[in-house]
Amino acid sequence: MKFADWTGIGRMDEMARLASPVQRLDARGKAVVTLAFIVAVMSFPRHEVSALTPFLLYPIALISLGRIPLWFIVKKTIVAAPFALAIAIFNPIIDRAPLASVGPLVVTGGWVSFASIMFRFVLTVGAALALVACTGMNRLGAAMEQLGIPRAFVVQLLFLYRYLFVISDHAGKMTRSAELRSGGRPLGFRLYGSMIGHLLLRSMARAERVHRAMVARGFDGRIRVLRQTRFQWRDALFICGCLALFAAARVWNLAAGLGQLLAGGAS
Amino acid sequence: MHMADALVSPAVGGTLWAVAGGLIAFCGRKVRRSLRDNLVPLMGVLGAFIFAAQMINFSIPGTGSSGHLGGGLILSVLLGPYAAFLVIASVLTVQALFFADGGLLALGCNIFNLGFFPAFIAYPLLYRTIAKGQYGTPRAWVAATVAAVVGLQLGAFSVVLETTASGISELPFATFVLMMLPIHLAIGVVEGLATAAVVSFVAQARPEALPAAPAPAGAAATLRPVLIGLAIAAVAVGGVASWFAATHPDGLEWAMAKVSGKEELAAPAAGIHQSLASLQAKTALLPDYGFKGAEAESAAAAPAAAEPKAWPAVSAGKSVAGIVGGVMTLALACLAGLALKAHSQRRPSGNN
Repeated sequence: MKFADWTGIGRMDEMARLASPVQRLDARGKAVVTLAFIVAVMSFPRHEVSALTPFLLYPIALISLGRIPLWFIVKKTIVAAPFALAIAIFNPIIDRAPLASVGPLVVTGGWVSFASIMFRFVLTVGAALALVACTGMNRLGAAMEQLGIPRAFVVQLLFLYRYLFVISDHAGKMTRSAELRSGGRPLGFRLYGSMIGHLLLRSMARAERVHRAMVARGFDGRIRVLRQTRFQWRDALFICGCLALFAAARVWNLAAGLGQLLAGGAS
Repeated sequence: MHMADALVSPAVGGTLWAVAGGLIAFCGRKVRRSLRDNLVPLMGVLGAFIFAAQMINFSIPGTGSSGHLGGGLILSVLLGPYAAFLVIASVLTVQALFFADGGLLALGCNIFNLGFFPAFIAYPLLYRTIAKGQYGTPRAWVAATVAAVVGLQLGAFSVVLETTASGISELPFATFVLMMLPIHLAIGVVEGLATAAVVSFVAQARPEALPAAPAPAGAAATLRPVLIGLAIAAVAVGGVASWFAATHPDGLEWAMAKVSGKEELAAPAAGIHQSLASLQAKTALLPDYGFKGAEAESAAAAPAAAEPKAWPAVSAGKSVAGIVGGVMTLALACLAGLALKAHSQRRPSGNN
């Protein structure tokens, strides 16, 4: 994680403020549907690939209707990929049982499940990122509270999010000045302790000032989030439509159906 | 060691969501009851601090690699276990939402692995027992290192358990354990030293910023949530494990937990399926394929009792249809995306 990534977060909030049909949907509905999407995708058996393809429609619809730059989501997905890749790559090594053969090429079960994991990774990460990019942190926080997540936690999330930029900006300045003074030598352990310690003390001092300012403005322990969205019929329609689509794609292999339709049922 | 959604089954993910949710509610109530009224902004800012601190690395002499602060332990030292747990959970949530670092379904797992163990096991049972309220002394350094190592080892072990129980990765339990634990031993030592360095600096520079020597709550008060948490975890793990133990007596083979999501989900699906199959046969738009779907599903659900190799019983014709259909569906999805995009750009949008 580098400092440059922070601009990415800021951009996601800007995208969330765009006016489009997706951004206008109620945040609760989008959160619930996205979770249902992830659960549906992950409930497939290990070697499933083709039945998963129709699910790509959901993140793509969010991204394109929400006018979120596709490349932005793709970049973030690639950056996050190493963990899933590191675990999934063992599947082809361990599971060598042949599953099918395409001409001279024998496809082992491991490669199929590897493909399945990576495709699911793209689906789940894409959907989660698209959700945040078309909703924004504040509305997501409000939705979480309305959905019954403990208020202490939601307040903590929103606070953390607000100070993320301030503190990391500060940390960026500190590292840059340390780099300038060190003449290219890497940061040693002793210096690290005092640098992070300073950052910690300054953060705590800032928290103290923030607290006083909040008390002066009548803070009573809860954050009031402006409720920007109300639940409307189109939200109900969105939820029902998406859930029905996921259910259909979970029960029937729509892609294989399409394939058979095209191949004339040759099996 | 943030787990991704693509490796977690809904059963495992849902169980740990429930566990993490319970812990968050419990800690939220504890924090609200505490009398430190500056705790709310302090927690928020410290969460942001952890983010920033994770981006600053120090070089480890002689290895060419670098290390940084992990977060769980130092938060527990600064805030006590309850507030620390909430802060860790919020950091992990933001990482999942904005960086795709750890998934949403896996969020419960990640909160449990990286929050519960440092805050409720390593800190109260090890750090406080060993450090005895001292900061900056050799005793405190040992305490931080031991606590960080044990916390991370438990977390890494729990990652292995959850991944194996999900049954999506083929990695055998033992191999995965041997892979994860040594790596996290090294990471734990680095995190412990970094934590101790920062804490001892703060103890020198501004001792009043650290909680006073006898930490606020007594041992009895901190042990209870630990026991409750362990009990919940034991029931959750036991529930999942015993289930597999029944079908797979040969211990570690319960990696075949792939049955997990299925047993729950395939049964109702098959039910709906039966009733819809006849209807579908009549509509005949997609002749015959629904029936095949049923076959594939029952074939996949069957191997619970049989050998795990039962699944290759997939006909070539079906996989060809699957591949053709899959490619077509992907193409269609992309086309739909382009169309939707064109549509949303053409229409004059409301107030923008």
